[in-house]
Amino acid sequence: MNDATFLGMPAFPAAAAGALRDSQLRGNLARATGTIRSRRAAAVSEQDDWEHLREAGRAVKERTLRHLDRYLLQLEEKVTAAGGTVHWARDAEEARRIVVGLVQDTGEREVVKVKSMVTQEIGLNDALADAGIDAYETDLAELIVQLGQDHPSHILVPAIHRNRAEIREIFLRSMGAYGTAAPADLNDDPRRLAEAARRHLREKFLRAKVAVSGVNFLVAETGTAVVVESEGNGRMCLTLPETLISVAGIEKVIPTWQDLEVFLQLLPRSSTGERMNPYTSTWTGTRADDGPRAFHLVLVDAGRTEALSDPVGRQVLNCIRCSACLNVCPVYERVGGHAYGSVYPGPIGAVLSPQLRGTASEVDRALPYASSLCGACYEVCPVKIDIPEVLVHLRARVVEDGRGRLVPKPERLAMAAARWVISRPARLTAAQRAGAVAARLVARRGRVGRLPGPLSRWTDTRDAPVPPAETFSAWWKRTRR
Amino acid sequence: MTIRRKEPEMNARTEVLDRIRRALADVPASERPQDVPVPRRYSHGGAPPTGSAAAVELLAERLAEYGASVHLVSTQDAASRLGRLVAGLGPGPVVVPRGFPPEWRSTLDPDRVLTDVPALPVAELDRAGAVVTTVAAAIATTGTLVLDGGPGQGRRALTLVPDVHVCVVRARQVMASVPEALAALRPARPLTFVSGPSATSDIELDRVEGVHGPRTLAAVVVT
Ligand code: SF4
Repeated sequence: MNDATFLGMPAFPAAAAGALRDSQLRGNLARATGTIRSRRAAAVSEQDDWEHLREAGRAVKERTLRHLDRYLLQLEEKVTAAGGTVHWARDAEEARRIVVGLVQDTGEREVVKVKSMVTQEIGLNDALADAGIDAYETDLAELIVQLGQDHPSHILVPAIHRNRAEIREIFLRSMGAYGTAAPADLNDDPRRLAEAARRHLREKFLRAKVAVSGVNFLVAETGTAVVVESEGNGRMCLTLPETLISVAGIEKVIPTWQDLEVFLQLLPRSSTGERMNPYTSTWTGTRADDGPRAFHLVLVDAGRTEALSDPVGRQVLNCIRCSACLNVCPVYERVGGHAYGSVYPGPIGAVLSPQLRGTASEVDRALPYASSLCGACYEVCPVKIDIPEVLVHLRARVVEDGRGRLVPKPERLAMAAARWVISRPARLTAAQRAGAVAARLVARRGRVGRLPGPLSRWTDTRDAPVPPAETFSAWWKRTRR
Repeated sequence: MTIRRKEPEMNARTEVLDRIRRALADVPASERPQDVPVPRRYSHGGAPPTGSAAAVELLAERLAEYGASVHLVSTQDAASRLGRLVAGLGPGPVVVPRGFPPEWRSTLDPDRVLTDVPALPVAELDRAGAVVTTVAAAIATTGTLVLDGGPGQGRRALTLVPDVHVCVVRARQVMASVPEALAALRPARPLTFVSGPSATSDIELDRVEGVHGPRTLAAVVVT
């Protein structure tokens, strides 16, 4: 049940409080998200047809999800015809077992990995380790997280909470234990740090026989898999080994090759703020003279069909993991990714995790409240996921599940955290935005009315008083040094 | 693969598909995928026209912005300019894939040229100083070069392991937009879209060039 939860993670309010105390983390985050926000804005403003692309992206995803069974079957047929093998996993445990088994079949004891949210979600590395298989993360940020024995805190840049000085220390301390050590005179120049990672991973790439990857898109019509990346570690993993195992959530499929033109324009600009990321690889099955001789595609459900069964919540499966919503979120910027207790942090995590994992745990019940409903996430989302709408919808569900209790305690605390965030200089703007969102929801009452839990209940929930004992901001003032 | 593992997997397939169908109970049985409208009002490209001077200029500008060096050369000068460029790259063998145009290849120092026939082991690619290839297409707006493993481009490892990648692009291959390029490319081939040298934004979200892929990308555009 805890497959996707960081074990021992405190629920959002407690974790958020801890993160708020850490001024280094807040400084690192604010700097990084500030940089990426302006880069994204510039990249998007260049693209005159941005709103049309967003609408097309949303519509393609809607079409896919409403006919998901058909597209998965088509994908399976095409991948198989091109020499690949398709596996299906109902849950995380099954997915882990399939991947571990496939690696064991090759007789190899190590694999190189390229960034994949879903393998983190299913806890693959631990399962590989239990089977005596070393898994080397090759994405620079993943490497930093792995060497630092840390948790990822951002979708695109899992080590966003680390600054260059910390990265230098981690490299100096830990690289030697896993292979080529960092040079003794390593300084914190990002160029030198990248160079150290290049040298550290090079021998691993050149000798690797098995790679495990995620995918960004799977094209049903052609059986083509797509990986979007920057560093070239993806190309190394996809090209040099003899066996490639790609793990993908079932929502990664898109109908046609033409549909890819929409996402290859939306994703880089939303994600890194580039016109195009340095490398995009596409491959269809296997080829005798180029790349891996064996290709396995593992399609994972692990709660996705649960999300799919909710006509309002379904839209979160549109997500292309660009992380734009994290970078604009005032709550995320203050509390960081770890507070969300999941590999999916920020606004998308707040709406995705409770749907994938259910709302049984305190963490997952609190997540829909980890937001001030300012609406900035919806505005930047390249596939137009109405995150505020889903948050409100999930809050209603949490309240229903709470049977009688208007707002359960951890949820109140999460709201207090979110409230504290907007009660700062940005308060007015944020409140105005929240008002706009509410107006939007009311205006579409017909749709909201179908939610389990009436709108009035939501209004009550939203205006529920801050817990009396100590407000978040009072706590903040008291504990702030 | 053992029977032990295969059996439950078959069940998993059926069960996941069943779950999906149950989850989509609100979708009318008569609805077809094409009944869900996908408005494609975004630009499909076409301006500047493929191969035009404006398209080439835009490609050059965008590639340069991402840290690639760009050389615009005339057809007559192409061979000699390529020869000089590669000669100036520093030591080490230069990998040249099968099918690379002989008129361009002839200007490269024959003592340095390594051909991928039979396939070079990866350690040898690692010792190479550079690789010289053609491309399948180029996208001006995004500063992208696309390789599809066709003649003159070689298998993917060739353009990945050596630290310098020199690409020769013909003006007529330069299209304005992503949709135009995707329509012209063949998905059955393994495709690599290259937009500048390898880079990372993983350290404080600042772009740093040069991680695992070639750290130097040079484009010779023949106009
Ligand atoms: S929800 Fe939207 S903005 Fe957030 S990561 Fe997913 S696609 Fe990007």
